[in-house]
Amino acid sequence: MFGYYLSLGLRSLRRNPVLTALMVFGIALGIAASMTSLTVFHLMGSDPIPWKSDRLHVVQLDNWDINQAYDEEKGRLPDQLTYLDATALMAAGRADRQVAMYKVVLPVQPANDGSGPEVKPYLMLGRATYNDFFPMFEPPFRYGAPWSREQDEAMARVTVLTQTTNEKLFGGADSTGKTVRFDGVDYTVVGVLDHWQPRVKYFDLTVGALTESEEAFIPFTTAIDLRAQSSGNNSCFKAPAPGWEGYLASDCIWIQFWAQLDSPAREAEYKNFLDAYVMEQKKLGRFERPLATLLPDVNEWIALQEVVSRDVEIQVGLAFAFLAVCLVNTVGLLLAKFMRKSGEIGLRRALGASRGQLFLQHLIEAGVVGISGGLVGLALTGLGLMGVRALYSEFKTITQLDWTMVAVTLLLSVLSATLAGLFPTWRACRVQPASQLKTQ
Amino acid sequence: MELRPILSALMRSRVALVLLGLQIALTLAIVCNSLFIISERAALMERPSGMNERDTFVLASIGFGADFNLKNAIADDLAMLRALPGVVEAAPINSLPMTNGGWSSGLSLTREQKTSSAYSAMYFSDDHGLDAMGARLIAGRPYRPDELGERSRKTKGWPPVIIITRALGNKLWPGQDPIGKSVWLDTDADASTVIGIIDRLQAPWVHNDEVVEFATLLPEVINEGAFIRYIIRTAPGQRDALMKTAEAKLAEINPNRIVREGKTVEKIRADAYSDDRAMMIILGVVIASLLIITALGIVGMASFWVTQRTKQIGTRRALGATRGAILRYFLAENFVITSIGLVLGAGLAYGFNVWLIQHYQTQAMPWYYVPVGCLSLWLLGQLAVLGPARRASRVPPAMATRSI
Repeated sequence: MFGYYLSLGLRSLRRNPVLTALMVFGIALGIAASMTSLTVFHLMGSDPIPWKSDRLHVVQLDNWDINQAYDEEKGRLPDQLTYLDATALMAAGRADRQVAMYKVVLPVQPANDGSGPEVKPYLMLGRATYNDFFPMFEPPFRYGAPWSREQDEAMARVTVLTQTTNEKLFGGADSTGKTVRFDGVDYTVVGVLDHWQPRVKYFDLTVGALTESEEAFIPFTTAIDLRAQSSGNNSCFKAPAPGWEGYLASDCIWIQFWAQLDSPAREAEYKNFLDAYVMEQKKLGRFERPLATLLPDVNEWIALQEVVSRDVEIQVGLAFAFLAVCLVNTVGLLLAKFMRKSGEIGLRRALGASRGQLFLQHLIEAGVVGISGGLVGLALTGLGLMGVRALYSEFKTITQLDWTMVAVTLLLSVLSATLAGLFPTWRACRVQPASQLKTQ
Repeated sequence: MELRPILSALMRSRVALVLLGLQIALTLAIVCNSLFIISERAALMERPSGMNERDTFVLASIGFGADFNLKNAIADDLAMLRALPGVVEAAPINSLPMTNGGWSSGLSLTREQKTSSAYSAMYFSDDHGLDAMGARLIAGRPYRPDELGERSRKTKGWPPVIIITRALGNKLWPGQDPIGKSVWLDTDADASTVIGIIDRLQAPWVHNDEVVEFATLLPEVINEGAFIRYIIRTAPGQRDALMKTAEAKLAEINPNRIVREGKTVEKIRADAYSDDRAMMIILGVVIASLLIITALGIVGMASFWVTQRTKQIGTRRALGATRGAILRYFLAENFVITSIGLVLGAGLAYGFNVWLIQHYQTQAMPWYYVPVGCLSLWLLGQLAVLGPARRASRVPPAMATRSI
């Protein structure tokens, strides 16, 4: 029966190719617009590390000016910590894992001794961090392993390279044990990462969510020892005392701090510890504002830092309004089409077809329009994403259509076309056979 | 034209009427709001930065190794850059308008106050900075060479003389002449005196309406770390060639560093507003697709009606209606449907705008968007229905006597 209805539907669609094309094109355009914007939205807003996002927490403290909140407009707490607090929390080590880190830009001076490719000196984006970074954010290793806690303490000149840097400097070979020179200092390579590109760089959102990835990691303690300045965001509410030491002792915030807390109980415990820490600091004359500490997890952090821009949100809203217009359009056209077939429907009713059978038949016809629209829409979505990649240079890596989105697209189009087909089908089935046959 | 027969005919196909009306209503709402967002972004992008953008470019250098001396490197570089034929002016600078990264600081009018009177971008340069950017001084005087200093982590206090933008002066001292007035960049240090007013110089953060026009130019060169940036202005038409020359020469006179690829200020502007440009293009595509879909929908429905009523049209023709009368009938019918849709759409358009205002702090849409949108959609509807209506007008009177 299904096959027969399908062939009837196809025949009926072939009879008015222009009208059919119009309907398919309408659905395709609506689907493409909504799926393009939804893909961007989904990729930016979805959980980048779903298996442990609820256990990774940003530590937020309010060390800001007593007379002026850090973020008066939105009431958010500072998004980074001072050197004083970051190192105190690292030393306390009360979370299951914790990491203080910041962004550095380092000149790379390739050895060019013939062992690897010939490379001119270049600037590299690095991250000064602790060894816990690797088990916390789980970048995959290709060679070697993270540096050790002892090496953190010893301010060791060691580094973990990313795949691209290893490719550039060592031609992709296992470089563990070899040395690289950053800014006049030799570092020993202890590990090399495999390809790793979180969709959103959630662990440091201070300079944009989609900025370039790191090219190497070095110990935080080493970077401080070498007085490597932060290349990320730095905010002060009063000028720091002169010199590097003055800067480290200041209330300027420039360090991202994450804590891994493996259960809600641990989270509550850690929150108490933070509150106690701040109260202790208040006795020393710091933290003059009312006590406020926060431990947002990964998803809360992405929402708090507004990773999904308002433009993307408006685009999603508009795209779905656009889909609604396309659907209304399809309902109208399907209605026109089915009403035109009143005579045929009347004849079939008179010959004994039940309303249910006719309903099914026309719904299948609408479904065919939906699937065709979905397929064309999928192709158009691909085009749309290409357009988005061309328009937003920073989306290059993230706007790929994955299988879930393909499935969602097809489902959405069939669903919307069937939905659009429901009313016209119902109307068509109400045709009185007698009245239709009489006018013939 | 009699409206009554049209209305009674429409009442017989209410569903189609509702569908078409709804489509037109949504179209009006989306088109008006999208156009308004586009115009907002265009206005944002049109604001001048205060610089000569056509003839300027930036170069950055970062030294490496223990022997690298930033101060000497800057002196050598500037001497070389300023001597290059075609270079009008060159200066060290920490940041530039539209780069979205820089130094911001609070300014206070008294030593005692707890919160700053205004926040301003801080541009650190030397006595050539203003001219190299191509910014215009409208009052006071530029810096003298004897007022120059340098800034590092060891620097205490702030320079005794500063130059600010006109907008910042207005904010600090509304209605007064800022020249000669004192302002504190740090209330624990000495005050600085305003000696010059720049007509206009944007802060690096062009998407922050609060501070975008507030900038302060300081007579200090940053001497900290190994990084330095130069702004270079050339004679008209020589920018691109000189950018390559300057880049090569910088690398040549001091090999212990990396010279970062030069960037024209025009490119900086394009990058700063690339998201706005993208939004404008996307909305433009949405508007175009929407109008096409709506027009095709009208064509489809009208064609259906014409086919459905072929016999009635024949009857009317047989009873003496002219071709023109039939044509006018369908045009008028479309006008009625579109009008109903537009009334609903006007409400939707304003509703959508209110939602945008509440959720995204956008501005209120000026009143004329909806009337202009209505006019365009009326026109679109009439054009779309013209084809089917003409087909209707060609139905022969003999059709009345024929059965299908």
